[in-house]
Amino acid sequence: MVAAAVVVAALALAGCSAQSAPSPTATAAPVTLTVYAAASLTDSFADIAKEFEKQYPSVKITYNFGGSSALAAQLVAASPGDVFAAASATTMKTVTDASLVTGAPQIFVTNSLELVVPKGNPANVTGLGDLANPDLSIALCAAAVPCGAAALRLLAQEGVTAAPDTLEQDVKAVLAKVELGEVDAALVYRTDVTAAGDKVEGIDVPGADRVVNRYPIAVLKSAPNQTTARAFVDFVLGTTGQAILTKAGFGAPN
Amino acid sequence: MRRTKRGVSPVIVVPALVGLAFLVLPLVALVVRAPWGSIVQIVMKHEVLTSLLLSLGTASLATAICLVLGVPLAVLLARSAHWHVVPRRLLRALITVPLVLPPVVGGVALLLLLGRRGIIGQWLYAWFQITIPFTPAAVILAQVFVAMPFLVLAVEGALRTSDRRFELAAATLGASRWHVFRRVTLPLVGPGVSAGALLCFTRSLGEFGATITFAGSFPGTTQTLPVTTYLELQRDPDAAIALSLLLLAVAVVVLVGLRDRWLPGVTGS
Repeated sequence: MVAAAVVVAALALAGCSAQSAPSPTATAAPVTLTVYAAASLTDSFADIAKEFEKQYPSVKITYNFGGSSALAAQLVAASPGDVFAAASATTMKTVTDASLVTGAPQIFVTNSLELVVPKGNPANVTGLGDLANPDLSIALCAAAVPCGAAALRLLAQEGVTAAPDTLEQDVKAVLAKVELGEVDAALVYRTDVTAAGDKVEGIDVPGADRVVNRYPIAVLKSAPNQTTARAFVDFVLGTTGQAILTKAGFGAPN
Repeated sequence: MRRTKRGVSPVIVVPALVGLAFLVLPLVALVVRAPWGSIVQIVMKHEVLTSLLLSLGTASLATAICLVLGVPLAVLLARSAHWHVVPRRLLRALITVPLVLPPVVGGVALLLLLGRRGIIGQWLYAWFQITIPFTPAAVILAQVFVAMPFLVLAVEGALRTSDRRFELAAATLGASRWHVFRRVTLPLVGPGVSAGALLCFTRSLGEFGATITFAGSFPGTTQTLPVTTYLELQRDPDAAIALSLLLLAVAVVVLVGLRDRWLPGVTGS
């Protein structure tokens, strides 16, 4: 209810600034909102769409999920869309640099790394220091992809020289190796640990909260209905959206 | 009408040229967009040379294994022509499956068999402390899995078109089975075997999906050239194009070396 009030208030404000105020809650013509969102948001944004559509029955949300850099490239190549939710500042910058965004992007969640081990923790991994043990089988993301870059920053910050056995091409590939029990430990995003359920176990790493990926969201200039697009962004930033994202393991924007 | 009797109808020529263009144009784009100014610099980088050497080494060993296991398998497949229809088709299907399977699926299947918790892998680990994933051996096994069908089918094609009467004659003259195989059959299908081996080698060299799934990716151990290329694509697309050209160059050299001997059944003249 609080969330609803917040969103309605936000809409009222947005509506005022846009002069003619077409209330999206009223029986306006059906509006389709196309949201470009990072792949890591797939599950939580599906839930957010359900809640949003409940509140705005005239709005239908369609998603284009993908790697943030691929989505940014599509937008720069003039694909039509209403909202862009990226997994990193650099990918959002690609889009803002092409001046495709209305206003400044807002950070809506953060994601940090967590140590992950197979169910039952067969190698008795206790902390980040175990990643330096050459006898253990360790997986990290390759340095070329965001999760690998984040892993390197975290390891450097904590002064650990890791002895990885494989540097995978994306975070889901790392997670698969853990789920199959092929590696004893790995570094993945907290949200991946949550999504994997009871097939893996997560171990908190002290200091991991200082190496975070910030997810920015913005309304696109190409959005034909700026008010509804803005309402969606506010919904994600609002109580209901944040509750769904927190449940998926994301951290609050700070 | 200047068209000679040997001319081909436009009904064939036009779609054929479109088809050829479809196969060639993407590669032309690769060549056109290549960062020619910095290509030598990129290719001579230490990590690239490490990947290239690893690729060449593992692909060579994979080809050797394919020859040792694949030629006998091709002989069996060729002889299965006399079998009952069900086992005959089953054998051919089993050999062909890795050709049509997404290589990633092959990689997962190898993990489930030989991984640390795999059907066989768990015993290797428990008894001998052997783990196959994340080792060069895993790279070779992944390559053997995807490349062996190429060799088997090429050799089998050669065997089926070869004249069995030579073998029968040798056998009637008192040659042992092994002697016939080594001195008569193998020389007859020699071109087919070398064509199959080269095809097997190039397929191994280009292997990506099964490798990254089963063997992982670590510089100097399991990171082959295609894997390096894929990772570079996310960081430096120009470098990825340069590496793709390197792979393309190796493949072209090998295929030109084959001339037109690579079709199963066409053993060259």
